[in-house]
This record gives sequence, C-alpha cells and structure tokens, in this order.
Amino acid sequence: MRRSILLLLVLALAAGLVACGGGQEAATQAPAEEAAKPFRIAVVMPSAINDMAFSQSMYDALVKLQKEMGGPEKMEFVYSENMYVVDDAAAAIRDYASQGYDLVIAHGSQYGSSLQEIAPDFPETSFAWGTTVDTFKEQGIHNVFAYEARAEQGGYVNGVMAALLSKSGVIGVVGPIETGDAKLYIDGFKTGVLATNPDAQVNINYIGSFSDVALAAEAAKTHIEAGADVLTGTAQMVVGAIGVAKDNGVLWFGTQADQSSLAPEIVVANQVYDWTVALKPMVENIQKGVLGGEAYSLTLANGGLTIQYNPQFDLPEDVKAAAEQTIQGIIDGSIQVPVGGE
Amino acid sequence: MYSIGDILLGIAASGIRLATPYLYAAIGETLGQRSGVLNLGVEGQMLLGAFAAFYVTYRTGNPWLGLLAAVLVGLLMGLAMAFVTVNLHAEQGISGIGFYLFGLGMSDLLFQKLLGTVDSVKGVPDAHFPLLSDLPVLGELLFRHNWMVYGAYALVPLAWFVLNKTPWGLMIKAAGENPHAADSLGVSVAKVRYATVTLGGILSALGGASLSIGLLKIFQQNMTSGLGFIAVALVYFGSWRPVGVLMGALLFSLVNALQLWVQVLGLPIPADFAVMAPYVLTIVVLVIVVQRARPPAALTKPFTRE
Repeated sequence: MRRSILLLLVLALAAGLVACGGGQEAATQAPAEEAAKPFRIAVVMPSAINDMAFSQSMYDALVKLQKEMGGPEKMEFVYSENMYVVDDAAAAIRDYASQGYDLVIAHGSQYGSSLQEIAPDFPETSFAWGTTVDTFKEQGIHNVFAYEARAEQGGYVNGVMAALLSKSGVIGVVGPIETGDAKLYIDGFKTGVLATNPDAQVNINYIGSFSDVALAAEAAKTHIEAGADVLTGTAQMVVGAIGVAKDNGVLWFGTQADQSSLAPEIVVANQVYDWTVALKPMVENIQKGVLGGEAYSLTLANGGLTIQYNPQFDLPEDVKAAAEQTIQGIIDGSIQVPVGGE
Repeated sequence: MYSIGDILLGIAASGIRLATPYLYAAIGETLGQRSGVLNLGVEGQMLLGAFAAFYVTYRTGNPWLGLLAAVLVGLLMGLAMAFVTVNLHAEQGISGIGFYLFGLGMSDLLFQKLLGTVDSVKGVPDAHFPLLSDLPVLGELLFRHNWMVYGAYALVPLAWFVLNKTPWGLMIKAAGENPHAADSLGVSVAKVRYATVTLGGILSALGGASLSIGLLKIFQQNMTSGLGFIAVALVYFGSWRPVGVLMGALLFSLVNALQLWVQVLGLPIPADFAVMAPYVLTIVVLVIVVQRARPPAALTKPFTRE
C-alpha cells in the first residue's frame, strides 16, 4: 500500500515537472484594476520560445506587438510551448478558448484538423492558424484567420548570396520534413542558387525530424564531405548543423530567426520572420467584430520578411548589392519565385 | 569530386560517430536487464546528463568537470530508479516512463531557467594520436574522433569481460535468471540490482553528455529525440550481449549515415523512405532475433525474499 502511494507521488511529481517545463506561463502580470479590458491572446506552439526558429519568431512578435499596443495594460498574452503532441495542443487550444481569450493562435500546420473541430464550438472566439492559407471558410467556419510566411522569397535571396560566395559550387541544405515553410524556403533557396549559377550543385537532405540535432549535425558533415562550402537549413534542429559548419569554417545561411549569435564568424545572413505583420490586422479586425476568414502572408514587400546581415561577417560589397537588388526585384515583381518549384 | 571510396569512408566515419550515444545507453541498459531490471527511463537520464554536462562546461569552460556533473546526475537518477524498482517493487515499465518524463521536464525547466537560449561550448576535444591521426583514410576513420567516442567503444569489451569473466558478471546474471537461487547462495540480489541500475544511470547520462559536449557541443530541449528508446530496443536486438549491442548500434547508425548520402547523391529514392530505412531495418532484425534469443528469465520481475 505504502509503496504504491510513493510511486504515485513520484509519477505525479514527474508529471508536474513536465507541466512546468512545458510552461504555461503568463508572460505578463494581470493589471491591478480592470479599467479597460486588455486584448488577450493565447498561443500554442510546437517547440520552445527560445528555439532560434519557428516558435521563437512568434514569441518575439507577440512581445513586439505588446509593446506597440501600449504594454500589458492594453494587451496581455500567454503561451504553451513544446506542444509537439497534437492532442495536448488541442486540449490547450480548447482551454484557452473557454477561458475567453480574444485570439487563440495555433502556431503549427499540424494543429489544423484539431482547430477545425474546436473553432465551431466557440463562435465568439477568434482563432488563428499557421502556417497555411486555409481559413476553413469553405467548411462554413468564420472565426479562423490563416497566416503563412512566403519563406521562398528570403530563401531565393539567401540562395543568390550562397551561389556568389561558394567557391566549390556545391551547396548543402539540411531540412526537416518536406512540408510547409521548410519546403517553401528550400525550394526558393535552390531556385535562387541556380538562377545565379546554373552550374552549381544544390544537395538537399531532409532528415525526417524537427528535433534530431545529432542527425542534423551528421547531415551537415555529409554535405561537407560531398564538397559543400556553403550550407543552409531550416527548423529548430539545425542548431546541430550550425555547430558543424562552425567547426569546419563553412558558411551558413539562416531562416526563421536570427541565428548569428550561435556562430558569428560563419553566419552570413538570416531571413527573419516578423509575424506582427499578420497579427496586427487580425487584432484590428477582431476589434471591429470580424473574427476570421482572412489569410495573411509575410512577404519581403510588406516587411513581414527581412534579410538581416550578420554585422560580424565581412560580406563583400558586390554580394550584398546583388542581394539588395534581388530583394528589390522580388518586391517590385520583376523576379518571380515559383512556389513548389521542381 | 568525390569517389566511391570517399563516400564509403564518409559513411563509416558518420556511423562510428552516430553510434556513440547509443552505445553508452545500451551497454548500461544491458547490465541492468541482465540483472533483471528493465529501465525505460534511459531517455530521461540521457537528457538530464546532457544538460548537466553542458551547463557545467558552459559555466566553467572545463568539459571534464562537465563529464563529472553528468556522472553525478546519472548516479542520482540511477539510485532513484533502483530505489523505486528494488525497494518499492514498482512496475518497471511504468516507473521507467515516469523517470523519462521527469528527465524530459526537468532538463527543459533547468534549460529555461539557467540558460534560456541555445548556445555552444568548446566541449570534449578531438583526439590526436601522433602519426596515426595523420594516416590517410584510417586517420579520419578511426583516430580523429572526440574522446567520448573512444569511451563508448571501450565499454563493449569491458562489459563483455565483466559479464563473462568475473564473479560480478556471474552475480548479475544469477540475479537476472534465478534470483531465488542466487539469494540462497548468499548473493544479495538487491545490491546487485542497485549496482547495475545505478551504473546504467551513469552510462545513460554519459551518453547524453556524448551528444551535448562531445558530438554537438550545444544543448537544446529534447535533443536526444527518442534515441534513449532506440537504445533499449538495441539491447533486445543484441540479445543482451555487449557485442550484439555493438553490432546493432553500428548497423542502425551506418544505415542512417547511408541514407544521408543517398539523399545528397540525389539517388531516386524518396526522402521519406530513406529516413525510414534504419527503423525498418531495426524492426526486421528484431523480429528475427526475437525468434531465437531469450531474455533474462527474471526480467521486469521484482524480487522478494521468502
């Protein structure tokens, strides 16, 4: 009897710790008096807020949005991170909706089918789902916004620079799973490389995981052994690949967030997402009483995507000029980046 | 640009590196299972070991202190697991999952509170052997890895020797096959299991450290991403023998390294299939091995003196 209680205790403790680590943490303190009710946002995301990639880009955007809206009195937000189990994420989304948040964000394409079930149960709550363009309007659901990043645009720009900087003409890509904005970025990157140097060889490796850092590192080593002197990659497991690039003095192009701090000597530039470009119109719509039905894209043109050069990397002027020219070309439409390009 | 020889060399060197964390964890698990304890908490022990090693290395700049930290964390996790399984007679599968969740959550929590962001350290240095490291082919293949890699491979003959050539090995196997007979001959089954499970905890933690301060030199949440569970599967794969475990770890890792090259070379195999290959192969071999191998008779059975 006694030992089963003890065991239960151990298990409960373990579960409790997971909950802490997984973190449902109020990022702001509730205002002392409830004069004007703040706008309340909840977000559920698949990895950690400091993953230097997908989830961090959303967290940073919420912090920025909070500041722009006038601080915690005007806008408060909470988040659940590391929700890689879709069932857990669905439970969290439902919880937040029933707690009366104004906007509940499902930050991960894998949460789509859960959201499709949950959203109709809370017609007064607005939801957002990314990255996708599907707002479920056709299914008769009117309280879901969609958002996506046109990651192929920055991918193309990175590709142009990579082609100009590569001496061997071999460029390696470490990807997670062939889907979503990872595929967009990688397709755009490859197109950019080949548009600049048709003789270049772009080797692409999808490792089948968003979290296997060791395999990402080994994929980077494989690329280097195959002659690559410039690498890029997307999703949170690429930190393993960046380490390998650093050890071997091979250049790196980042995406989703600024990865320069990990290896200042070899990171050339990063495509950085600014989700406030999608979040701001959502908030405005909700305040007007429109709860969904719109899809928003981050692009170079609307400032949702930016190319941030690593100030510690000595980028040749002509390469930077080519990159800026490419960005201008994509913005004014003279350069078209095909989506899902083969 | 590169020849078939370069590719084979690349695959072999990759495979040798990738197998390292599996070896630490799976050899530790082998000792535990031979004494009758199934520890499914390996993954959690690896994660906490990986974090402890990384954090101490990060703060002190000394990877050897980092290793010491991993050993201490593994020791504590192992003792706790031994207490729950030996003294409390807990169901081993369930309590192992509990320890996994504990390690996953705790390493995540500590990472958030103490570091907050992904960063890198110098870590355990690469070995450099005079002459040998400069050999063509063999130098790259065998003599230029970081020291954690050599530690992992040294464990295999060591574990084989302990299990087969020493009285301790006899006691471990007796505790796992027929604890009542062992007990009547004066072997303390509890002590033996405490020793193997604690050692298993230490080795798992070192396996985690071999990633965080050996191969990768970074820490990220959930960075082991399931390889602790693969390590448990490798023990069955290797029919509870250290050499079998080595074969399994190498096979799994080499196929993984091979599939990376398959994609880089642009062979017409869809990436999804390539990625699946090591897992499918492991399952196939497991099915074959299970036909002939027999697990320790008292595996997962709590022992009570009568």
